[in-house]
Amino acid sequence: MSKPVTILEHGRAEKNYWRDLWHYRELFQVLAWRDISVRYKQTIIGVAWAVIRPVLTMIVFTVIFGKVAKLPTEGSAPYALMVFAGMLPWQFFATALSDASNSLVTNANLISKVYFPRMIVPSATVVVAFVDFAISFVILIGMMIWYQYIPGWQILSLPFFILIALLASLGPGLWITALNVKYRDFRYVIPFLVQFGLYISPVGFSSSVIPEKWRLLYSLNPMVGVIDGFRWCILGGDATVDLRSFGISIAVTALFLWIGIRQFRKMEKSFADLI
Amino acid sequence: MSDTVISVENLSKCYLVGHQDTQEQYQSFRDTLVRHGKNFGRKAIDMARGRQIIQGDTVEEFWALKDVSFEVKQGEALGIIGHNGAGKSTLLKLLSRITEPSKGRITLHGRVSSLLEVGTGFHPELTGRENIFLNGAILGMNKSEIRAKFDEIVAFAGVEKFLDTPVKRYSSGMYVRLAFAVAAHLESEILVVDEVLAVGDMDFQKKCLGKMNDITQTGRTVLFVSHNLQAVRKLCDSGIVLSSGQVTFHGEVEDSIAAYKECSQFTQRELKGDSKKPHMTKISVCEETLKKGSLKFTVHYKSPNEISTPLVGMVINDELGSPVIGHNTWMDETYEPMPGSEGKITLTADNLPLHSGVYYVSAFFGNQNENTHVERDFIELHIDGDPLPRGLSKSQIGSTELLGKWRCE
Repeated sequence: MSKPVTILEHGRAEKNYWRDLWHYRELFQVLAWRDISVRYKQTIIGVAWAVIRPVLTMIVFTVIFGKVAKLPTEGSAPYALMVFAGMLPWQFFATALSDASNSLVTNANLISKVYFPRMIVPSATVVVAFVDFAISFVILIGMMIWYQYIPGWQILSLPFFILIALLASLGPGLWITALNVKYRDFRYVIPFLVQFGLYISPVGFSSSVIPEKWRLLYSLNPMVGVIDGFRWCILGGDATVDLRSFGISIAVTALFLWIGIRQFRKMEKSFADLI
Repeated sequence: MSDTVISVENLSKCYLVGHQDTQEQYQSFRDTLVRHGKNFGRKAIDMARGRQIIQGDTVEEFWALKDVSFEVKQGEALGIIGHNGAGKSTLLKLLSRITEPSKGRITLHGRVSSLLEVGTGFHPELTGRENIFLNGAILGMNKSEIRAKFDEIVAFAGVEKFLDTPVKRYSSGMYVRLAFAVAAHLESEILVVDEVLAVGDMDFQKKCLGKMNDITQTGRTVLFVSHNLQAVRKLCDSGIVLSSGQVTFHGEVEDSIAAYKECSQFTQRELKGDSKKPHMTKISVCEETLKKGSLKFTVHYKSPNEISTPLVGMVINDELGSPVIGHNTWMDETYEPMPGSEGKITLTADNLPLHSGVYYVSAFFGNQNENTHVERDFIELHIDGDPLPRGLSKSQIGSTELLGKWRCE
């Protein structure tokens, strides 16, 4: 039997990095499963938290943006439904980003005692965010039944947009979690960023209220493309998706993902010394 | 293919450590502000350059390991012994890929499992059953492996009744038993184990030792770190002694333990005397005891014929060659000479009252009343104590330290 030979040296690039990552896929599953099963332990209403948060935010946004500010909805869709269709990917993005950013520091005991490809930790937290997303999605279905709203064929492309939302959160998530190991300042940056992003992304309002000339600049926020895409999938013909701005969002997502992975791999080796 | 499983070449690991300036004793608020301002500036620059943030005023390199080289053969059980801070844990961390070497290279043939702590990744909210799977996966077992060993693990830990209780409700003994049980069932070619046997009660420790023994019997390669010399002796075939990040001894396990017990770091010099007369072959001074302000001085001797009363004397001289302090076997009434033609004689003194500086040791060896071998200023001693206060020098107050107290009346 030939044994795998490992050579450890300073600054040696891992040739089998991605294969190694695949080899540790079971650990990925186990860590994700751990985070999911621990998430709502010792809470009274448990999973209901995953329902209450988006529903309350949706109600507030519908009242403030829809009723008080009287912003237009997408086509003929009910305002509440439009808000919720934007809220879904945003909540997913926000939870995934903040959990991923803190993941390395919360798992410090693992990092300093066992070897495994470190990228598993932030990636596994994204799966946890996905579970909350799935719960919220059930509420969306309930709301669609309530409003007797039938989605078009566009809903079939939803998985694609979920994937984009996932990648959009993973890119900055990887970068920030790596920086967080070195400089704990980034722990304070994330809640701020998430709060800020909620208002500059078209969550409570339709992106059609943004003046045409600012539209492309606005699309630099990768969540604009994702949220527009979600609304297009769910509200069907009532929402429009601007392909140019969607392209920009995808490009920005890809750029962040590239930077995130690069920076993460660069800093990965020193995590155990710094954490 | 050679049967070398682990080969370590010139391995070094450097950490950066920060120091607080303790020079200024009186600190005003303004000084504090200035210092914090400076620190903040330095941190900001470090961060901009992507470097590590280090607390303190000055930064120093600390070599936790320096030029360590050794090889481990297939099926060998190697014990790594050394004092606290000698670099044992750093070595294990490097071997288990947790951290990256600063210099040098490690070549590993086979899968490595490391056990640097019991219960790594145990989650208090999860049940015993869940934690077995979690911990197993973290240590590198796959699900089918864990499932196959599940019953064995549970039986070994003796926690059958509490499998579905969250481990936060476990007693600490149950917790470590379960944790060790998972780890003990790892199956990889190379196993790296740090100080984990010191868990549980006596019975369980015995059980752990037995299990570890089984593992070493199955022909797997084991690297084992422990302060428990009994355990090292029982489990390992060979040993290395680490001291201040360097390998000071590598050999059979018994010899390593002896070397560790003796003194792991010393200044020593071999010498050639007149082989027709009783003569010294080696003189050594233990560095570690010297740092603690005491002295351990050893003379090895040989003689062509048996001598009845081997005698030793030593004198410490200052830089100018004037004798400062000395001792010989005549001066110690409890000294019992043992006749022989070969042996070693050790002087221990709890208190070596010398100020910081460089000193030279002369040694005298003889039989009965006759000096047969004299070596003048043969070993250099560096005493690093606190510097003399107020710019005083040894030329003003002498080399020896008077341990006194002053009182106003």
